[in-house]
Amino acid sequence: MASSEKTPVDLSAAMITEPAALADWLVIAPLVLCMVLGSLLLMVRKDTRLQPFIAIPGLAVLVLLDVGLLVHVIVNGPVTMTMGRWLPPFGISFTVDILGALLCLTAGIAAFAGGLYGAGDVNDSGRRYGFYPFLFLMMAGVSGAFLTGDIFNLYVWFEVLLISSFGLLILGSERGQIDGATKYAFLNLVATTLFLIATGYLYGIFGTLNMADIAQKAPAMTDKAPLVTLVSLYLLAFGMKAAAFPANFWLPASYHTPRVVVSALFAGLLTKVGVYALMRVTLMLFPAERDVLGFVIAIIAAATMIIGAMGALAQTDFRRLLGYLVISGIGIMFAGIALASPSGVAGTIFYAVHSMIVMTALYLASGLAARAAGGFSIASSSGVYSSHVFLAAITLMLFFAVSGLPPFSGFWPKVILVKASLDVGAWWLAGAILLSGFLTTIAVGRVWILSYWRPAMTGGPAQDEAVTLNPLVDYLPLVLLTALVVIVGIFPQQILELSQTGSDQVLNPVDYIRSVFPQGGEQ
Amino acid sequence: MTLLVGVFFAVAIYLFLSKHIIRILLGAAILGNAVNLLIFTSGRLTREVPPILSPDDPVSNVVITANPLPQALILTAIVISFSFFAFLLVLGFRAYQELETDDTEEMRFAEPEDQEMPPLGY
Repeated sequence: MASSEKTPVDLSAAMITEPAALADWLVIAPLVLCMVLGSLLLMVRKDTRLQPFIAIPGLAVLVLLDVGLLVHVIVNGPVTMTMGRWLPPFGISFTVDILGALLCLTAGIAAFAGGLYGAGDVNDSGRRYGFYPFLFLMMAGVSGAFLTGDIFNLYVWFEVLLISSFGLLILGSERGQIDGATKYAFLNLVATTLFLIATGYLYGIFGTLNMADIAQKAPAMTDKAPLVTLVSLYLLAFGMKAAAFPANFWLPASYHTPRVVVSALFAGLLTKVGVYALMRVTLMLFPAERDVLGFVIAIIAAATMIIGAMGALAQTDFRRLLGYLVISGIGIMFAGIALASPSGVAGTIFYAVHSMIVMTALYLASGLAARAAGGFSIASSSGVYSSHVFLAAITLMLFFAVSGLPPFSGFWPKVILVKASLDVGAWWLAGAILLSGFLTTIAVGRVWILSYWRPAMTGGPAQDEAVTLNPLVDYLPLVLLTALVVIVGIFPQQILELSQTGSDQVLNPVDYIRSVFPQGGEQ
Repeated sequence: MTLLVGVFFAVAIYLFLSKHIIRILLGAAILGNAVNLLIFTSGRLTREVPPILSPDDPVSNVVITANPLPQALILTAIVISFSFFAFLLVLGFRAYQELETDDTEEMRFAEPEDQEMPPLGY
């Protein structure tokens, strides 16, 4: 602002005059780290041996920063940092509450496991094409989406993560990958364009894009009809991103084509960003309009769960089966959004955390199992249990977790969600959650019996040479994630309290708004 | 302006319904422009006024200015949709080279039609 010296205007009314506190820099630290390391890795793209040594410590630092951010948010409540000196609602602000920080941390852990696994799974050509730079840029997009407090900025982060996910998806340029990527790219383009359309209308109605500002102004709007349309548009856009039922077909078409570690990261991170954005928009910005659409969301949730689980039952390919399980999990998260009661939303947050970890781990395990048993088809692969007992045990735990059986992490959020739906009398939603869990148990149980338990078939590729798995890069990420699944399953109290506080903050965003407008709404 | 946006959306959706990749691509390009015009419209239209405040007293002496925010949003959206279009163009071309078809109904390499059923017994 060069002209500010000449004019005698009091800048403090519109501009930030104090520098941000040092701890508040944590808000954008994950983003800055990802972008810097992403560009750095792009520079050393040719040096394929060096890349993991930069990337894996970098991801560890990312996890630490996310932990720091979460602790900061727990201690101090929502934190806001505004860019470019303009005060909100004019400047773009990053606002973090517990929901954003918790999901950001989980995403960081999943990415760390993926990066570690990628050191063994992605070969030299994959690294030369830029696996690690894309991974970091995708993490920048994911973290940015979780941390931002501006809805147009959210759109930009969606695009960042989408563009880098395209790069990851076609890392091998195989026929199936190009085919899958074409469908993924076009359908996601439509989804983000819908998001942009809705944002354009939102700006036309409110004249602001800051989420806290919108949350303040939305209850005062007397004309509800355009807002319901707006929320429906957002529901369609984010439902498409999250692969909810009527718009889920891009996911099984593409998620099984890329490298295993890429599938794992996609399954863990991308759809959850859609769920997160939907929670932000429906629960925090437009709760009254969400109530109008609540029944629709509940039907979508039930249909997504059941169709995901039945799709999983009909698959022969292990990875495609997992793709349908991702969809089924999305349905369960939508159930909490449909209920919108504090415990329901807490269940959704808990389930999102659980699903990020367990789906990433399952895809990683499927990659190892395919290496050990000779292929992803459950009809022809066999004998993992006899050759790799440890891997089989870990996978069994993950299977229990994804089906929602105790004592693993999938159990508690499902209990919360079932109870929350029974509390409001939605017995059919509770029944859908239980039925999808049952169908999932059958689907994964069959995989375990056929691919793992069944003795190695004669003439199968598995028994010719024993496949050795590297304990560091192959097992460590899997053990790390499974340990989290078990710990969260046995000691759920911590995450439960965090989810409940997070859901309170989302449903009643007083602290969130106060963090953006400390004076209490001067506009 | 509203009519133009409507026509753009209609054309884009019509092209999206086609099964040829190249038509879908053109639809994507038009859809991007339709959204940009939509944002422009929702920022309230003014005629030929620059988005600059009066230099003497920018706070109290507010003359009619164009709204600069939609312009910034559209600039961002143009850059993003252009890079998307470039990527999709290359992807479509590679798909045509590798899969030897640009007909989406024949693109069944990732999901073959004659998939075997999962085994029902041991």
